[in-house]
Amino acid sequence: MAPLHWYLILSALLFCIGLAGAMTRRNGIIVLVCIELMLNAANLNFIAFWRFGPNPEALTGMMFVLFSIAIAAAEAAVGLALVMAIHRHHRTANIDEAAALKG
Amino acid sequence: MPIEPISTPTLVFSGLALVALLAALGAITLRNLVHCGLCLAVVLASLAAVYLQLGAQFIGLAQVLIYIGAVAVLILFTVLLTRGREPEDSPIFSCGGWVGASTALALFVVLVAAILSFPGGDPSPPPANIAVRQIGESLMGRFVVPLQIAGLLLTAALIGAAVIALPRHTARGVKSSADTNQSFPLN
Repeated sequence: MAPLHWYLILSALLFCIGLAGAMTRRNGIIVLVCIELMLNAANLNFIAFWRFGPNPEALTGMMFVLFSIAIAAAEAAVGLALVMAIHRHHRTANIDEAAALKG
Repeated sequence: MPIEPISTPTLVFSGLALVALLAALGAITLRNLVHCGLCLAVVLASLAAVYLQLGAQFIGLAQVLIYIGAVAVLILFTVLLTRGREPEDSPIFSCGGWVGASTALALFVVLVAAILSFPGGDPSPPPANIAVRQIGESLMGRFVVPLQIAGLLLTAALIGAAVIALPRHTARGVKSSADTNQSFPLN
């Protein structure tokens, strides 16, 4: 099996790619895609530490990832609904053009 | 230190990591939003394979079902529902984009320094044979309160998403259903 450091570095790379995308892209959907990338990088860390940790039978890392997946699904649903609402109101999905909270 | 021959799991992990990183870069740089969503699905699939390789079969399959089956498809549907009036030559990055990119690069340097200063775990941990039965028992035992709260949160989020995304004419009657149908000029 690959050493733990490799998993952590892959996770760090994915997180930073997601962070760069979330801070630079204009389209709200792609910002949500990048947030999903960052959440997945965190999940990879949890699974790697669970696997290489001293007590994998306790299942804590795995449970954390399960709840994190559930919360990410909820976040994606609400975030995409917000993008739909912004698109209906401003006729664009670019979040730098929809800067005002009021119409 | 003698150079050890590279084992097959390490090679498999390297291939999966390469696919995941290339697809992640594609997801943040491609112009076509459908391609970005498909790149996200590739990243999620290769991470699911990494989870399977790490012995977390249940999480890997849940990743395929929930992320690829639901979240990626939801993103693709939203792309198809919101696209249309964007001019082809508008920039895809915001104007202060280099600030975000350099912040991410600085964070990466800090993270790698922290990871390399960490001694690392047991290089070959014993195989963890976690049956789905054990996961179910701990979800129903030790983690039952978080499970119920997650269920409540998912219900609230789904209702909230439906309320946000519904057109407003259900609340205000026929008059505003006419104005949601009218087309707004760009600016």
